[in-house]
Amino acid sequence: MDLKEIWIYAEARGGRVNEVAHELLTRALDLKEKLDNSIVSAVLIGHKIPDEDKHELIQRGADKVYYVDSPKLKDFLVEPYSKVLTQLVKKYTPEIIIAPATTQGRTLMPYTAVRLRTGLTADCTGLDIDEEGNLLQTRPAIGGNIMATIKTATRPQMATVRPHSTRPAPIDEHRQGEIVNVDIQLTQEDLPTARLDFIKDETQGGTIQDADVVVSGGRGIGKAENFKIVYKLAKLLGGAVGGSRDVVDRGWIGYPHQVGLSGKTVNPKLYIALGISGAIQHLAGMQTSDTIIAVNKDPDAQIFRVSDLGIVADVTELVPALIERLEVAKNEI
Amino acid sequence: MRIIIPIKQVPETSNVKMDPETGTMVREGVESIINPLDLYSIETGIRLKEKYGGEIIVVSMGPQKAEEALKEAIAMGCDDAVLLTDKFFAGSDTFATSYTISKAIEKLKPFDLILCGERATDGDTAQVGPGIASLLGLPLATFTSKVEIEDGHIKATRLIEGGYEVLNLPMPALVTVVKEIADPRLPTLTGKLKAKKLEIKQWTAKEIEADPENLGLKGSPTRVVKTFSPKVAREGKVIEVKDEKSLNQAVDEIIELLKEKAII
Ligand SMILES: Cc1cc2nc3c(=O)[nH]c(=O)nc-3n(C[C@H](O)[C@H](O)[C@H](O)COP(=O)(O)OP(=O)(O)OC[C@H]3O[C@@H](n4cnc5c(N)ncnc54)[C@H](O)[C@@H]3O)c2cc1C
Ligand SMILES: Cc1cc2nc3c(=O)[nH]c(=O)nc-3n(C[C@H](O)[C@H](O)[C@H](O)COP(=O)(O)OP(=O)(O)OC[C@H]3O[C@@H](n4cnc5c(N)ncnc54)[C@H](O)[C@@H]3O)c2cc1C
Repeated sequence: MDLKEIWIYAEARGGRVNEVAHELLTRALDLKEKLDNSIVSAVLIGHKIPDEDKHELIQRGADKVYYVDSPKLKDFLVEPYSKVLTQLVKKYTPEIIIAPATTQGRTLMPYTAVRLRTGLTADCTGLDIDEEGNLLQTRPAIGGNIMATIKTATRPQMATVRPHSTRPAPIDEHRQGEIVNVDIQLTQEDLPTARLDFIKDETQGGTIQDADVVVSGGRGIGKAENFKIVYKLAKLLGGAVGGSRDVVDRGWIGYPHQVGLSGKTVNPKLYIALGISGAIQHLAGMQTSDTIIAVNKDPDAQIFRVSDLGIVADVTELVPALIERLEVAKNEI
Repeated sequence: MRIIIPIKQVPETSNVKMDPETGTMVREGVESIINPLDLYSIETGIRLKEKYGGEIIVVSMGPQKAEEALKEAIAMGCDDAVLLTDKFFAGSDTFATSYTISKAIEKLKPFDLILCGERATDGDTAQVGPGIASLLGLPLATFTSKVEIEDGHIKATRLIEGGYEVLNLPMPALVTVVKEIADPRLPTLTGKLKAKKLEIKQWTAKEIEADPENLGLKGSPTRVVKTFSPKVAREGKVIEVKDEKSLNQAVDEIIELLKEKAII
């Protein structure tokens, strides 16, 4: 029987493999256990990506790494990347392809799936294999109000997966695998679009997805100025600041800080929700956090259903008291 | 400039009620609206038209009722509208949707730009815009927060992880836009009158010369096999603050937990 390949798209940014690829390996290894006769392969597209990054993919679970290198592929552009991915799929006929639901994955995958005349499931939070060996893809839809499980009749079965919805696969230094360099010709026609510039945005909450602690404020914070207590608490805990969509819409904090379905998914060690009601769309972005503390003056607030510790209190009283205590504790050390 | 804007009619989901038994949406009394994120692509199109002249055609695939969404777009300032409606379109996934819309757009050729919303608030996939671009062989910019036209090219600023990326695309191209791009305007009175009078074109599978194999449920590679309500539960301890004493107690509990989790 033929080996079935489970592919992960190992997203590269700035010439390095991004950590989300390691999270996808966790998913792929889980599927490999459930799908008979299968192996895990990583697809890596870029230019001069260091060998250590390819080996790391193997150490974290890839049996094979397909690597396509060209100066034309230095930065992500959907047209040439999609051509490369399409050709790889035609050549190696994978059973499953999972990619991160990042701006890159959400652009590359739909552009490629229609070319391959196959199905694509968006933004999955759960992946499983049924008795017949089909991929079961579970995702939130309708503003997070329902979960849907989706099957794909065609092959490959393609899905994007929410970043930070799992932990990265651990390293095993002894793991062996194969790096397959694949040459794919690109013509001028494959490169209609040019990348002119990249402007880093330091204020962007890229950090909210990387931080160990996220302190978020909602409408219950009361007014824009009060966000300073959120910042202060976050700083004392070495964390980043987030917000609900409500406060983003009000302009109390910028969109890159929005946590939730239409914002970012975070998975920190500690999430503190201040004056946030806990709408399903907000929960969709933070409920996998290790520990959740919520402060809300309404004892029936939904947020308490997902919190490890809930405090029914006015944030403008509780937070300053907490800050004071933390400052005292800090000075004692 | 000739701009085509695909728009979707969706249920108003901000106060959605779910049936806890079946895990499906309670549809009674739920209003249908233009996908809120399509208001931004419409606004972007109108601004480009104001600057460079031309016309905007809005296209929607859906039931007869989706005419309302098209009329609203006309009332905002779009010029013409096409409704793609046919029983063969029912049950389309994003592949079949992208296919159907791309066939209609082929019939509307020539055009310079297609603008889509970032995603629809019901299906929530953000896959239809890129799907249309790919089927039509067009260059694509997603998550765009700014569009400019320079020397017959589109300069698109994309909001991506860690910052903004600027792309230069030849026209015709397809661009999907995010909320940051522009504040949508309200329909005007003259716009509303125009919308009322306008006879909206209706095209079926035959008119767009679609391959029936690629349409509707039959042409859809994905299938929703089950829906259910999301589970959220980890009910932990809840402390009610009523006075100074319980406030201190609450703070103690938080500090305790922070220590236990090695945060401090
Ligand atoms: C398609 C779609 C996508 C969405 N995406 C997101 C998303 O990504 N992220 C997101 O957050 N939301 C999202 N939403 C919106 C979501 O439904 C809620 O409207 C939003 O999360 C509410 O924000 P909030 O909790 O800050 O405000 P509210 O719901 O108004 O809650 C404020 C809370 O503060 C409490 N409060 C008030 N005063 C005080 C006080 N002094 N002290 C303590 N507590 C107080 C109140 O009891 C209340 O619980 C989305 C909605 C839709 C339809
Ligand atoms: C619970 C649930 C889950 C689903 N999950 C998937 C899935 O994972 N994969 C999949 O392939 N299908 C899925 N579908 C089907 C999908 O919702 C439909 O195909 C839908 O017609 C288009 O997808 P969308 O709503 O996600 O639109 P999006 O791709 O999010 O819409 C983006 C843009 O495309 C344009 N557009 C979208 N639909 C239309 C339209 N009908 N007319 C005109 N313009 C339009 C608009 O410009 C819009 O802003 C799901 C459906 C349900 C009910």
